[in-house]
Amino acid sequence: MIQLSSLEETNEEGEIPKRDDIREDLISKLKDDLGESLVVTEIIAEVDVWARVTKEAWLETAQVLLNRHNMRYFNFLSAIDWLPSPFGRDMDAQVDQPEPVTPEEMTWGTTGGETRFQLLARVHDPENHLGISLKVDLEDTDLSIESWSSIYPGADWHEREVSEMFGITFLNHPNPVKLYLPGDFEGYPMRKDFALLARRIKPWPGIVDVEDMPGEESEEDEVDA
Amino acid sequence: MSDTADTKQMAYIAAQAADARVNLEIETEGMTLNIGPQHPATHGTLRIVVRLDGEQVISAEPLMGYMHRGYEKLTEVRTYPQVTTLVNRIDWLGSFANEVPFILAAEQLMEVEAPPRAQWIRTALFEMSRIANVVLFLGDMGVQLGAVTPVFFAFRDREFILNQIEAVTGGRFHPNFDRIGGLKDDLPKGWIDETRGVLKRIRNFCDEIETLVVGNEIFQSRTRNIGVIPADIGLSYGLSGANIRSSGVDWDIRRDGGAGLVHNELDWKVWTHPDGDSFARFWVRLQEVRESCTMIEQILDGIPSGPVMAKVPRIIKVPAGEAYVETENPLGVMGYYVISKGDLTPFRVKIRSASFNNVSITPWLLKGVYVPDVISILASLYFILGDIDR
Repeated sequence: MIQLSSLEETNEEGEIPKRDDIREDLISKLKDDLGESLVVTEIIAEVDVWARVTKEAWLETAQVLLNRHNMRYFNFLSAIDWLPSPFGRDMDAQVDQPEPVTPEEMTWGTTGGETRFQLLARVHDPENHLGISLKVDLEDTDLSIESWSSIYPGADWHEREVSEMFGITFLNHPNPVKLYLPGDFEGYPMRKDFALLARRIKPWPGIVDVEDMPGEESEEDEVDA
Repeated sequence: MSDTADTKQMAYIAAQAADARVNLEIETEGMTLNIGPQHPATHGTLRIVVRLDGEQVISAEPLMGYMHRGYEKLTEVRTYPQVTTLVNRIDWLGSFANEVPFILAAEQLMEVEAPPRAQWIRTALFEMSRIANVVLFLGDMGVQLGAVTPVFFAFRDREFILNQIEAVTGGRFHPNFDRIGGLKDDLPKGWIDETRGVLKRIRNFCDEIETLVVGNEIFQSRTRNIGVIPADIGLSYGLSGANIRSSGVDWDIRRDGGAGLVHNELDWKVWTHPDGDSFARFWVRLQEVRESCTMIEQILDGIPSGPVMAKVPRIIKVPAGEAYVETENPLGVMGYYVISKGDLTPFRVKIRSASFNNVSITPWLLKGVYVPDVISILASLYFILGDIDR
């Protein structure tokens, strides 16, 4: 499944959609280099560009970006847990009448996805001021992926953080120990099913900020900004 | 017992005694030195375990987490306007600058743009928080090297900038003033003239530092050619801000980056330095404070009239989507990757803070340097612990 957003973009009102030649150029070159490994790409003209690659090509993607596209600047690496929070909106905990938690369907954001966990990384070209966000799907059954730290040494700490917060293993990592958490900590705090204990036992007083004022109808319809 | 055997046994006993003096649990020759968690050079509670061979560092390993507050998790249970209160506390010396990229990311998702006046005031406060932050660095760097006077000058003059920030926002350190679609309030009466006077003071402070510190022979010999970072290494570690510009990389998001702030309408210069050593990092920051003064003066002259708030709904729901916005904060590039599912709260926020990447280079950078230089290198990298641990 290969989608190039620039090709499929059609506008119902007949307006010419904004083009972004630099980013489209980058994507077409990436497609030449990576071929089938490039799963989905997405461009928001003059704002940003995303690419989702296969897990097998994760290391190769970094090499290609660094060596052929001058993406010398390592920005960050993180992960996303797409599971809808099993606790509902934590904000409503212990409100007088809490909303019943209905399990939601898992939905994905930009460039879609197929698995619960996605890795998210961003690299940057400091000369041409062009950045790209990269994503990769990680199967629940095998939460491990090649480490980037041999290509971008800055990825070292970011991968350690992701490893302890999401429980993702990085293969060939030079120093795979916990970064923030104590060594005997159990669980992965940034996963959506890891309860934020403070919020379970005490509702957030700031909830009043988003409630309707007494005797006033909801203003949500007034969205015209 | 022959003489040789006797000598061997003596040597063995001596070795045992030497082993008993060093910590046997750490299987290394030489000495392990613990810098921090409470060292003035750590700006909070960074702990660095260095292994020494004589006076030379064999390896350095920063240990963090003493101040991890879990902001990425907390943002998932806060509404968008409430998040600014949290992120204020990331880099506590330049708080207002922390709010800006998050607000810009939310505005990008909502397709709202702040009115021109709000953008200009935002830029002024953004640069003022840079001054408040970096002025302290300029004084503090002297303290790390044994010169105590500059830090008093720094605290004295920073107070005037904080007063001006407080006059607008009501908070010295945590303004919480930026809103989706603009600003909470307009400028108070008489603020513009007062600020001009304060900027003169800051310029004087920069001149003082130049004569007191930069021209000082001891300062130069302790910082020149110490802690040199080549541009390519710095980029691959994700160094940003003055740390990478002092390695000769001409890259500043204020000039090269996105929308939301009005730096491109002002006349200013990006300073770089080819050396990449501790001195260069100090020198570039000094010039940046002067440049910030220039920018704010232009903003004060050219600030447009009009409202400071665009029309946004009272209950803010951000449409589903993903946005990454970064700005050139006092410590370096700060960005927020915001994922929204159309709810009152963000689904996930990745906070890309500058100091985290800036400090990740220390194991590489400190290898082979001498103990006194560890302090000057750490001080010149300039990090805030809240910005590392988040």
